[in-house]
Amino acid sequence: MLNYIARRVGIMLLMIILVSTMIFFLFRAMPGDPTAFVVDPSMAPEARQVLIERYGLDGSLWDQYKVFIKDLVKFDLGNSFFYGRPVMKIITDRIPATLILMLTGMIIAYGIGVFGGALMAWKRGHKLESAGITIALIFRSAPTFWVALMSIILFSVNLKWFPAQGMRTSGYTGETFKEIFMNLDFLKHLILPSVVAGLYFIATPLLIMRNSMLEVLSEDYIEMARAKGLRENRILYKHAARNALLPVVTAGALFLGSAIGGMVLLETVFSWPGLGREIVQAVTRHDYPLAQGAFIIMSSLMMIMNLVADILYAVLDPRISYR
Amino acid sequence: MVDAMNKPRSKTVKPKDKSNSISRLFLNNLKRDKLALIGVVILVIFLIIGVFSESLAPYDPSTRHYNEEGKIRRLEPPSKEHPFGTTDIGRDIFSQVILGTRTALIVGLLASFLVTFIGSTLGIISGYFGGKVDAIIMRIVDLFYAIPFIPFVIVLSAVLSPSIWNVILAVSLLSWRTVTRLVRSQVLSVVQRPFIKAARVSGAGHGRIMLKYVLPNVIPLIMLEMAFNINAAIMAEASIAFLGFGDPTKQSWGQILHINFVTGNSRNAWWWVASPGLAIVLLLVSVFFVSRALEEVVDPRLRGR
Repeated sequence: MLNYIARRVGIMLLMIILVSTMIFFLFRAMPGDPTAFVVDPSMAPEARQVLIERYGLDGSLWDQYKVFIKDLVKFDLGNSFFYGRPVMKIITDRIPATLILMLTGMIIAYGIGVFGGALMAWKRGHKLESAGITIALIFRSAPTFWVALMSIILFSVNLKWFPAQGMRTSGYTGETFKEIFMNLDFLKHLILPSVVAGLYFIATPLLIMRNSMLEVLSEDYIEMARAKGLRENRILYKHAARNALLPVVTAGALFLGSAIGGMVLLETVFSWPGLGREIVQAVTRHDYPLAQGAFIIMSSLMMIMNLVADILYAVLDPRISYR
Repeated sequence: MVDAMNKPRSKTVKPKDKSNSISRLFLNNLKRDKLALIGVVILVIFLIIGVFSESLAPYDPSTRHYNEEGKIRRLEPPSKEHPFGTTDIGRDIFSQVILGTRTALIVGLLASFLVTFIGSTLGIISGYFGGKVDAIIMRIVDLFYAIPFIPFVIVLSAVLSPSIWNVILAVSLLSWRTVTRLVRSQVLSVVQRPFIKAARVSGAGHGRIMLKYVLPNVIPLIMLEMAFNINAAIMAEASIAFLGFGDPTKQSWGQILHINFVTGNSRNAWWWVASPGLAIVLLLVSVFFVSRALEEVVDPRLRGR
């Protein structure tokens, strides 16, 4: 097991380097002054010259690449033009907001999805089943950002139930994690975006749970449970749902990985100060080091999630052998 | 399959039709599945709107409209002249939505075609040859699975100039991975069948076997993936345009929402937000219903409910 994890982590690190290499050359393929992508063009010429030498920008593309990779290994992603601070610092500040929003959405989706999916399989052919599928599909077909815009109009502007944007009421500045995230004001701001995220996520657990339940329900031990005369609820939740959970859990970790990119839209609409909004702003402001760094971190997070999914799968299902 | 047929709750297992052609099965499905039929009808309407959008749109999308007193019709809710209302500078939203249909369809159809073409070619090659070729292609697929979709498209559209062709390129670059995986796994089982061996013994070359014997067996799956990818591509285009990285010269649903959002009118003009979004939902849901009917054709286990 440990061998398997070590090997997978090794492959993952290699992949991170590959993806970073790809994004490095993608940015260098842009027309225009290549130094303008790494060192802020608006800086004083002397200070600029120092940095140009520091990043090897007077050398060949290969020299620049070597400097880039060396820095990457040291978790140094350069300096943001806009903030004038290290990219890594800005990104680590933004990650908690993104993760909290995403996980809350995931919990909502899974809470409803797992029970709903089990119930839908149980009531196969019933109207409830087709209604559930249709609703899930409509929310999957509706662009997240549009659902977000509409929910703001309905719940924030018309009903005035929730604040429309941001993570805290404006004017508030918190420093520590506890000050920012551990209070009611934050919770109030979290509800609307996380419900919208949950609605977008819900099709995955709902449909996978339903399919997996349908498979489990045709197993012999369910017949046996029925023959023993157990109550319906007991068969449904104790015998069937538990065994049907495995694919839902692993799909969850995989989906969480792909959802990181999707958060970009939600954060933009809700002005949620997370990683996704940062990458959009960085690209619009031509803040290339920040855009590049945010991209590398996002894809690393995604790879970590994929790895977690695989490990979870191996741990939860004894039939899978890991080599 | 016996297992699936004997499911306790599926009582209406129909005897299998001998002439199992894809289109025939699909048409049969349409007769049974009302939702799929509705989907086809809506899809046809969208196609007509897309093709004739210029003559169907009542106004030029960038014309500013004035009322009787000579004032700009700023942010007017839906009315007879402007069924979807007007924008902050008096433009007709209905015309914009009509013209946006074409962009959505072009991106959806072209990107999904490219995606399935690249994806299934690599999938067939990978599954047919196996060994080193398979290993290399699968590692490339793994690498592409590690790239977050929307951030990549944003970065790419920052590097390239914004145009729908680049959006199509970006979507295609990242979506073939899923198709390759699915097609490959089906090819792996197809190449085990006796008729492949027979073809090989009778001296057919690799190219011929892949085209004449493997491809026909994975065509249904490829078509299904194409249908799913239409939705993914339309959604991606709308998302990119909403973020402001779309083609500024082309009307698109995402762009209507982008302008609405950046001009700060997303909270006071519900008609401006609602109409392009509803168009997206309607198109995507109809494509989905059609592809679900297609899925029942491809996967026999789903039949006979």
